[in-house]
Amino acid sequence: MDWINGILQGALIGGLYALFAAGLSLMFGVMRLVNIAHGDLIVFAAYLGLVVVQTLGLSPFVSLVIVVPTMFVLGYILQRGLLNFTLGGDILPPLLVTFGLSIIIQNALLEGFSADSQKLQAGNFETASLHISDQLAIGWFPFVIFLTAVAVIALLELLIYRTALGRAFRATSDDADTARLYGVRNRHVYALATALSLAVISIAAIFLAVRVNFDPASGPARLLYAFEAVIIGGLGSLWGTLAGGVVLGVAQAVGAQLNPGWESLAGHLAFLAVLILRPRGLFPKLVD
Amino acid sequence: MSSAASTPAFRIERSTRTSWIGLVLAIAIVVLLVSVPWWGGEDDLRLIVEICYTIALAQLWNLLAGYAGLVSVGQQAFVGLGGYALFGLTILAGVPPLPAIVLAGVIAALIAVPTALIVFRLRGAYFAIGTWVIAEVYSEVMGLIRDLGAGTGMSLPVAISRHVGETRFDREASLYYVGLVIGIGTVAVVFAWLRSRQGLALTAIRDSETAAGSVGINNDRTKYAVYLLAALVTGMIGALIYLEKLRISPDSAFDVIDWTADIIFIVVIGGIGSIEGPFLGALVFFALRYFLADYGAWYMILLGAVAVVIMLLAPRGLWGLVADRFDIHFFPVRRRVRLE
Amino acid sequence: MTALLATSGLTAFYGDFQALFGVDLAVEEGEAVAIIGANGAGKSTLLRTICGLLPAPSDRIRYRGAAIGSLSPADIVSRGIALVPEGRKLFPSLSVEENLLMGQQSGRKGPWNLDHVYTLFPILKERRRQASTSLSGGQQQMAAIGRALMTNPELLLCDEISLGLAPIVIRDVYGALPGIRAGGTSLVVVEQDINRALALADRVYCLQEGRVTLEAKPASLTREQIKLAYFGV
Repeated sequence: MDWINGILQGALIGGLYALFAAGLSLMFGVMRLVNIAHGDLIVFAAYLGLVVVQTLGLSPFVSLVIVVPTMFVLGYILQRGLLNFTLGGDILPPLLVTFGLSIIIQNALLEGFSADSQKLQAGNFETASLHISDQLAIGWFPFVIFLTAVAVIALLELLIYRTALGRAFRATSDDADTARLYGVRNRHVYALATALSLAVISIAAIFLAVRVNFDPASGPARLLYAFEAVIIGGLGSLWGTLAGGVVLGVAQAVGAQLNPGWESLAGHLAFLAVLILRPRGLFPKLVD
Repeated sequence: MSSAASTPAFRIERSTRTSWIGLVLAIAIVVLLVSVPWWGGEDDLRLIVEICYTIALAQLWNLLAGYAGLVSVGQQAFVGLGGYALFGLTILAGVPPLPAIVLAGVIAALIAVPTALIVFRLRGAYFAIGTWVIAEVYSEVMGLIRDLGAGTGMSLPVAISRHVGETRFDREASLYYVGLVIGIGTVAVVFAWLRSRQGLALTAIRDSETAAGSVGINNDRTKYAVYLLAALVTGMIGALIYLEKLRISPDSAFDVIDWTADIIFIVVIGGIGSIEGPFLGALVFFALRYFLADYGAWYMILLGAVAVVIMLLAPRGLWGLVADRFDIHFFPVRRRVRLE
Repeated sequence: MTALLATSGLTAFYGDFQALFGVDLAVEEGEAVAIIGANGAGKSTLLRTICGLLPAPSDRIRYRGAAIGSLSPADIVSRGIALVPEGRKLFPSLSVEENLLMGQQSGRKGPWNLDHVYTLFPILKERRRQASTSLSGGQQQMAAIGRALMTNPELLLCDEISLGLAPIVIRDVYGALPGIRAGGTSLVVVEQDINRALALADRVYCLQEGRVTLEAKPASLTREQIKLAYFGV
């Protein structure tokens, strides 16, 4: 029964990875930008949550009211002030600039908060669980994480496929110059995509900070999990990304059941297995 | 050009006047470096070895990213594998340390073969993150091997380091020459490679992958070759580093900051896509570290910021600025068509 | 009277390559102007420059007297100039209707909306939920014209809208233009098919290697004049 509980918990935690991954896919989808600083921005948002919780004495989940809009605005500024200048053909500038940004954020956090690990406290809710049978139980917190991931992805899908902004995202992704001809201001659209991406990952960041300890160097691992969920799910499909997150979460749970030291290794191996066996991911979008 | 000559009125130049000056300068520097153990102290030797392998790592990363379009963020995989191979070969298999350095490179290259088959399925930026995942995998796997100290790492037994030299200074001097050979050898190999047909192919791939493919250049084979070469030399460098450090752990051997981030910054600051660039970048890197070593995190913030600014404002780095202004090329890998 | 659109001494570059060498062109309100010329003469470049996709000195392009050369494409389309690009360039990830709706991104108000476009091209209404890539060439061209009309343009620039289409389909596509003009929209049509161009236009320009080699009313033109302007021989 430990096994089933563990795997169930892993599947629900997959929602967290899907949230990390949704932010990464959104930026890649709209402007073909792979943000190496993605994980560090997640950790940055976690620290922002920490500051808000400590100074205003709010509960971590209430702090989202401040953290999400702040990250949205920061994302807009980051894109317009820096990342827009890296776009255009060559892959090196966006990669290397976001890589530099990653190192800058890590060290700025180190300077501001020291290398000590931190955690947000959410009281009993963290450990409360819903008993399905005598032996089968799911944690309320992982369950809420998963539901949130489903809700966020559903909202993103609505935005992308049902609104004028979503049409602008997709059209710009297809052919930025032609989109501009019909009034799309691509620099603004890119900035909105990044803003939205950071808003999504800041929700994930607060969940992360309640669930586990984090420190300034926690970012790269989150980038790798996000990336793995995207590739496992298949590029270009947000629901696929959710599935990718679940696969990753289950793989890690299985690894952890076998040996606590194998948790993240098992996730990496699942990713490599998918890359070898189904290089386009488990649920590739039919039309590229 | 008024008379239409039947023989083409141009010649192809592969050397420049500054390249001859560069050659003389290089020989003088090599002679000077060879003599250091007679007058320098241990600290000097260690610093020069560090500079040597840093430049070598930078040259290799530049070959990957600047020429072959393989932006790897996972070269720490091969530093770590080289280091662990050295420990494994010397401790578990009884191989003497110096031959073990070469073998460690070979092992890293052998592991790079299946690694390449996997990560080459990813393109561009995804390739970059894929290489990083692979490095994490090797790091975690090494952390599982009990005989090599598992997650906490281990020290190299004194008996083994004695093989390198009886006294501490002898050891440092021996490793110094190994470092010198690896440093100079790497530059020479990269230079020779870029001047060869392979190098011409690489430059073509860098400029346009599609066009290079269409004129019959086998992009993938050339990329594989570069990737394996980089793994081979990086593995040897990793072995050297940990033979000198005498202690290895997964966290340090597979550290993305030390073995990849710093290296990337050096190449970006110095000038990506040139052999001179990594030298200049290493100069800036070691100078910054010398002056800012006490500032810890601020030093990395500054280094990252400088790299970001250079990438945006001068994408060909400091060397690009110098070369444009003065037309200097110490390492002429380009062919110039000169009309006569 | 100031022209609706006027370029004076317009130059354009792709990197170091100069594609336009001082082009003077004027379009009066309500007029239909054709631009003819061989491949590589600079016709598409001229349209792309007018729309802001290629940079130009601000005062070299005037629209209703105002200098618009340095404006962004989004600003230019919101002033009422829309391009139907060469090769149609529909967005493959968007359905037919979504492609049309892209025209509304400019925010210009006017008579054109989905219903109006569907009246003009009824086949698009039938296909509106389909992927734009599933349309035939002629239907794609109609969708591209419809998308430009959705911006409610005062001046519609059409780049080789007959390219790659069967003659009967070309007739359908061109059949829509008089109606568009009747609604008060001025036209600039770039066309390889000279007869097609001359039949439609009030005035015709010929470009050759980035320069205007001829400007005339179609009725006054002889074959020889066109040949000379077209090929330079």
